[in-house]
Amino acid sequence: MTEKRSFTLDQQEIPFQPGDSILQAAQRAGVYVPHLCFHPDFSANGSCRLCVVSIAGKTVAACHYPARSGLQVTMNNSRLQQQRLRLLQLLFAEGNHFCPSCEVSGSCQLQALAYDLGMTHYHYDPFYPQRPRDGSHPDFFIDTDRCIFCDLCGRAGTEQDHKPVYRLGGRGEQTRLLIYSASGKLGDSRAAADDKAAHVCPVGCILPREGHYRDPIGERVYDASPIHWVGNRRRDQHAAPAADSAGDPSHD
Amino acid sequence: MTEPRVKVATCSLAGCFGCHMSFLDMDEAIVPLIQRIEFDRSPLTDIKQIGRCDIGLVEGGLCNTENREVLHQFRAHCNILVAVGACAINGGVPAMRNHYPLAECLAESYLNGVNVVNPQIPRDAELPPLLEQVIPIGQEVRVDYFLPGCPPPAAAFMEIVSAVLEQREPQLEYQQRRFD
Repeated sequence: MTEKRSFTLDQQEIPFQPGDSILQAAQRAGVYVPHLCFHPDFSANGSCRLCVVSIAGKTVAACHYPARSGLQVTMNNSRLQQQRLRLLQLLFAEGNHFCPSCEVSGSCQLQALAYDLGMTHYHYDPFYPQRPRDGSHPDFFIDTDRCIFCDLCGRAGTEQDHKPVYRLGGRGEQTRLLIYSASGKLGDSRAAADDKAAHVCPVGCILPREGHYRDPIGERVYDASPIHWVGNRRRDQHAAPAADSAGDPSHD
Repeated sequence: MTEPRVKVATCSLAGCFGCHMSFLDMDEAIVPLIQRIEFDRSPLTDIKQIGRCDIGLVEGGLCNTENREVLHQFRAHCNILVAVGACAINGGVPAMRNHYPLAECLAESYLNGVNVVNPQIPRDAELPPLLEQVIPIGQEVRVDYFLPGCPPPAAAFMEIVSAVLEQREPQLEYQQRRFD
């Protein structure tokens, strides 16, 4: 007889498979854990820290913490929600996130999490950093003002496309999205229209040149329903992956 | 006996008046509301000097010295100061000029721009000097509440004013928390 593998997440029993992180197991069980830098197809990064959960009084990232039988995990309490809110506000303050002029507004995962957590302002003074834009590629435009350094494009390039195009360089406040080419421009890189790396950005940094502003306001991904119902979805993803949708509406 | 009216002042600093338009977008709901509030300084009344007020609704960030002066007047005269809209909250679209030095922005507009005739940078005592960067109002004064949106929906204005009238904390529903 095999031992039943499960842990509890906010008192709900979550089964897991060997090797699962808390976040992977929760997603498979249809429970939404807030996140930006995690994607079920790629290795975990742990940079956004929005998936913070509490285990035995310790705050850990659910995307990196291995699931174990008998763990009691807390995801939604006021302290953790406040930590997530401050992390989001830092992400907004350190970039240049001008939602009213952004093509992905309404379908942006950063914005959607801010809506869901009730964020009304930045709390921190905006940095207004100087960051470059790159319009050298025929299919994509790069606006690094909006980059949140989740490295999803980098991981998708390495793990699925098997070619390096996008990389993070620098440290701390100087971290930047870099393009792997002699000139540093996307147009001179090996980037192609159907690269997974170009279709995984949770914000509006790696932008396809066409197809924007077609969804009327009110019909965009997060206009009607919060991200903990919809899951982390891009506009060009017509159906959300089963594991990343149908979150529990009680988590507000 | 008529209830005492709540005094409301409004202004648009580095904004586009879109937030004011959205306030008026509450349509007929403004009729019962106007029985309970009284506008002080506001583009809606054209009163130029602010008196003692219960609520100050500030649209737009700070882009020049006059904006800064008006904001401090609002903070000094209003019990509750509300940052209204994306520009008041994070600088918004006007803050996109923060990517460039001020001198470069002025040169592009008035010296080197397309179709510029008689190129010169405007200098007049009546024109308030521009700040080097556009900044959110919360960077200059204490702000009590924030209404996000570009513009915030009419229902959000209704909620903030109603909450003050009813002496409770405002609650913005999911549909009222918009950044665009």
